[in-house]
Amino acid sequence: MENFEPEIVAFCCHYCAYTAADMAGSKRISYPSNVKIIRVPCTGKVDAIHLMKALEKGADGVYVAGCLEGDCHFKNGNLRAKARVARVQKFLEDLGWETERVEMLNMSAGMGEHFAKTAREFTEKIKTLGPNPVKEVKTASKAV
Amino acid sequence: MITAEQKPIQEIIGYIAPYGKILLVGCNECVTVCAAGGRKEVGLLASALHLNSLKQGKTIDIKEITLERQCDPEYVEELISYINDVDAVVSMACGCGVQTIAGRYNTPVFPAVNTKFMGASKSQGIWEERCQGCGDCMLGITGGICPVARCSKSLLNGPCGGTSAGQCEIGPDTDCAWRLIWERLVELGIQDRYEELNEAKDWRPAGGAGPRRIIREDLA
Ligand code: SF4
Ligand code: SF4
Repeated sequence: MENFEPEIVAFCCHYCAYTAADMAGSKRISYPSNVKIIRVPCTGKVDAIHLMKALEKGADGVYVAGCLEGDCHFKNGNLRAKARVARVQKFLEDLGWETERVEMLNMSAGMGEHFAKTAREFTEKIKTLGPNPVKEVKTASKAV
Repeated sequence: MITAEQKPIQEIIGYIAPYGKILLVGCNECVTVCAAGGRKEVGLLASALHLNSLKQGKTIDIKEITLERQCDPEYVEELISYINDVDAVVSMACGCGVQTIAGRYNTPVFPAVNTKFMGASKSQGIWEERCQGCGDCMLGITGGICPVARCSKSLLNGPCGGTSAGQCEIGPDTDCAWRLIWERLVELGIQDRYEELNEAKDWRPAGGAGPRRIIREDLA
């Protein structure tokens, strides 16, 4: 567990978080390589099934990073994403999973530093939660 | 359309606990529109069931399929190629769909949704009851507003004394159907209609005479 390096999937909106990640890069602000970014045209494009599938396939944590509330490039995609994240959290709660494995974050394109900070914080949080329980079964079935 | 909501996941898990191979069947019609049991919800439920099993260190075999219409035998027949390979069926259609499958195959079938009511969409994500299928529609004399489904007491001549500030006494979120009917009659300029009393309704066509059936000789 000590060497546990979580795999984290971040669905990032092209108009904010993705650009913020880019900015973090160009400013040489480092953030954990655990975070794998998937660029989406708007977080409104992220459906509950994408978050569930990421967990099912073994991601230890998943987050959706969209524009600041009120600033969505497509009006309210980030609010839709927020509602979907809440729905998936409810699913996880009902299943006895840690709801913290899934989260909604908001930031603007200029917040490179914030992107890196939240990526670090989320990674730390998932490190304390430990690996996605799905992984053990997958590894065990592979070993068979 | 018929509206439905997904059952608590633990109830579904309880039903399928003894089985290893599940056929999860959605329906492309009503339950797709009310986002309870269409292809998307089938995918989500399958994923949730997988997460549940994996957490317990097990795997579960789930075949996902969404039929065009689960209340029609022609479409339910499509399950023939999968049914022998599964231990149980979980249906995400309304009760009509569940029963069509149960009537066709010798495999246990479990409902994954609670069928709620015949309703209409008010706005995105909100559905409200509009009809109780009374079998003798009164909308033609009530200005297009149903007193059977929308009056909490199904009063045929209302409102009752409980109406308050235009809302039903069961709660401020429920419009008094008879207030709506009155306003609508006024709007249409036919408020004289309100003076005519509606006679006691024959509830036999509403189900009071047992399960109902329609036989169309020209089609049957
Ligand atoms: S089974 Fe029939 S009535 Fe039920 S949801 Fe599907 S189409 Fe509608
Ligand atoms: S009067 Fe009867 S058939 Fe007409 S909408 Fe109301 S319940 Fe439905």
